[in-house]
Amino acid sequence: MDHNRASRRSFLALAGATPLVATVLASCGDSGPAGASSDAATDWILTGQPKEGIRQGAVDDWNKAHEDQQIKTSSFQNDAYKAKIKTAIGAGQAPTIIFGWGGGTLRSYAQGGQVDDLTSWLQTNSGVKDRLFDAAFAAGTVDGKIYGLPTETVQPLVLFYNKKLFKQVGAEPPKTWDDLMGLVTTFNAAGIAPISLGGQSRWTNMMWLELLFDRIGGPELFESIYNGQPNWTDPSAIDALTKVQDLVKADGFIKGFASITADSNADQALLYTDKAAMMLHGTWTYGGMKTDGGDFVSSGNLGYMNFPEVTGGKGDPMNTFGNPAQYVSISSKATQKQKDIALAYFKDGLLQDKEAEAYINEAGEVPIVKGIDSKFTGLEDEEWLKFTYDLATNAPSFAQSWDQALSPTEAETLLDNIEKLFGLAITPQEFASNMNAAIGK
Amino acid sequence: MPVKATPAAHTSTGRLGWLVLPALLIFVAFAVIPLIGVFVLSFTSWDGIGAISFTGLTSWKAVLTDPGLPHALWVTFLVIVLSWIAQTPLSILLGVFISGSQRYRAVLAVLFFLPLLLSAAAVSIAYKALLDPNFGLGPGLNLGFLTQDWLGRGTLAMGVVIFIIAWQWIPFHSLIYQGAIRQIPVSMYEAAQIDGAGRVRQFFSITLPQLKNTMITSSTLMIVGSLTTFDLIFVLTQGGPNDATRVLALDMYLTGFRANQMGLASAIAVILVVVGLVLAQLLQRLGGKERNSQLEGA
Repeated sequence: MDHNRASRRSFLALAGATPLVATVLASCGDSGPAGASSDAATDWILTGQPKEGIRQGAVDDWNKAHEDQQIKTSSFQNDAYKAKIKTAIGAGQAPTIIFGWGGGTLRSYAQGGQVDDLTSWLQTNSGVKDRLFDAAFAAGTVDGKIYGLPTETVQPLVLFYNKKLFKQVGAEPPKTWDDLMGLVTTFNAAGIAPISLGGQSRWTNMMWLELLFDRIGGPELFESIYNGQPNWTDPSAIDALTKVQDLVKADGFIKGFASITADSNADQALLYTDKAAMMLHGTWTYGGMKTDGGDFVSSGNLGYMNFPEVTGGKGDPMNTFGNPAQYVSISSKATQKQKDIALAYFKDGLLQDKEAEAYINEAGEVPIVKGIDSKFTGLEDEEWLKFTYDLATNAPSFAQSWDQALSPTEAETLLDNIEKLFGLAITPQEFASNMNAAIGK
Repeated sequence: MPVKATPAAHTSTGRLGWLVLPALLIFVAFAVIPLIGVFVLSFTSWDGIGAISFTGLTSWKAVLTDPGLPHALWVTFLVIVLSWIAQTPLSILLGVFISGSQRYRAVLAVLFFLPLLLSAAAVSIAYKALLDPNFGLGPGLNLGFLTQDWLGRGTLAMGVVIFIIAWQWIPFHSLIYQGAIRQIPVSMYEAAQIDGAGRVRQFFSITLPQLKNTMITSSTLMIVGSLTTFDLIFVLTQGGPNDATRVLALDMYLTGFRANQMGLASAIAVILVVVGLVLAQLLQRLGGKERNSQLEGA
């Protein structure tokens, strides 16, 4: 009898301790648009204006013109989307059109048999491929097959700076890494934070490492790591890791950067409210600074340049990093009818002239359409758009952001270690050996 | 060992036993089956997308040898202990205060309960904005001492987490204590007064001992709650800076859904369940004895 009761009691105690576990599994069965229940193709888009409206607009136009081939959208916030899409795909509840950033995540989808191979479709419909930037296809390709069709815009990393603050201290934009370290001293002496950084987001810190790796060791350095060689301990890599810690130690980044997030655009705000002089960020921040920064952009206070060279480094100073494009794939779990709708949309609905021009005019970004620079003339953002276009198209190497290129497991280890590197909690050597141990995971 | 006969135990042997059936079914569907699933998953290697492959004890070995686990256990323990210390005394004092009957206390009580009405995510976002070292309350009001790197330094971030947990949950525990205090017969206080006991003496000799069972209930809720604290820390610090606030529950989520290692995450989840069970059992032991009324003894 006693035994009986005791087991019942532990049973109840178990109930008290399990809600989290239950949540984890229950969320796997989260109701997504079920594949078979509807004829319409489904498409998940990201929130955040102006791009949300542009994405939605393209689908709306399609739906109006194709009554028998409807597409249903649901919208999600960026970070929430990244978590949800993975779970949905794992549970076989993915939308017909899977949006993403290519690279390691797409590789895991492709290897799990969750997305369709688009290679032969693109051969039949060569027009779709020919009008897009050639360089954009690399990150959508896994083992020589194209699983992700590039779309939307090209987003290289840019060193932004505040012209007003530079004038105030009488400084010039940095041409070399040593110039940049010199500027840190100058701005600190003037009581201005040299560099804005949303360090809690971690991938923001990563951008500094990416470009230092490139400028010091050339694009081959990270490529070799990506291909499985334990080259985090390469002397060039250690040099780059040391340089970034030197920058932290010299108070290069704004005080408290570890608690600032990029999601809330606080790092951009630091630049346009004259609290920080420089910021390394993707071109996607331009639109935000234009909308939220008052007259900061329109009065010409925003300066931008490619990342400076490191004297004696192997990398071409014209190289860049970032998102070569965004990508759409087709869920292999979708019905044939849904797949057909999605492919028809890829061919005649996605990134057509109207959508492309909206990215230029509303978001200040460069769509990945060949010859699109002819549309820049006379626009308010002409100079900026031209700069982005040239940066992306002239770069001898346009590498994909590390956290997107690597597998999700390796990327998470990377971001964890980057946070500790910037927090001076680990040495460059410790960082390198931690990362070498994570290769191939 | 003597075990309290729960009402459920009564009815399940009686004629109305079938009444527990719906609850039991839901419990099995949403707690037992997932738990078994998680246990099975902990012996696999799965990225959440591709095929699940059984890898035996690999995940367990990886979790148990990872220096991250002792750290996460330590941080979890800190959160449990510190939030208990921060909440319990204040909750009791507040409970005593609002158990009086003057009208202004009722008004104050409503104000005290406000934090309870907000979701942890909303609270975290609000605090994050207030504590921002560049755009928050400190720089906004030009208050030097408030302008700290609150979430960027390990000890400060832990302090902030404990503070917000306390801020949000003290109202709830005060409410429990308030109810318990109102149950204490007035005659006991009258007798004490006749014996010449002052208010402080009354508090320590009557109120506090009478609250013993309530304290155990409230502590159980606090401890199990702290053990599974997730949303607040996830929104506020993401476990940072440098893992300073990476509690076990968050570690499980990040391992599973960020690093795509469902096998490892499941092993962590099982550890979490075991720790929760042990704690719950310990607390039950603590309160299980001396069932008889506290009114006479203590």
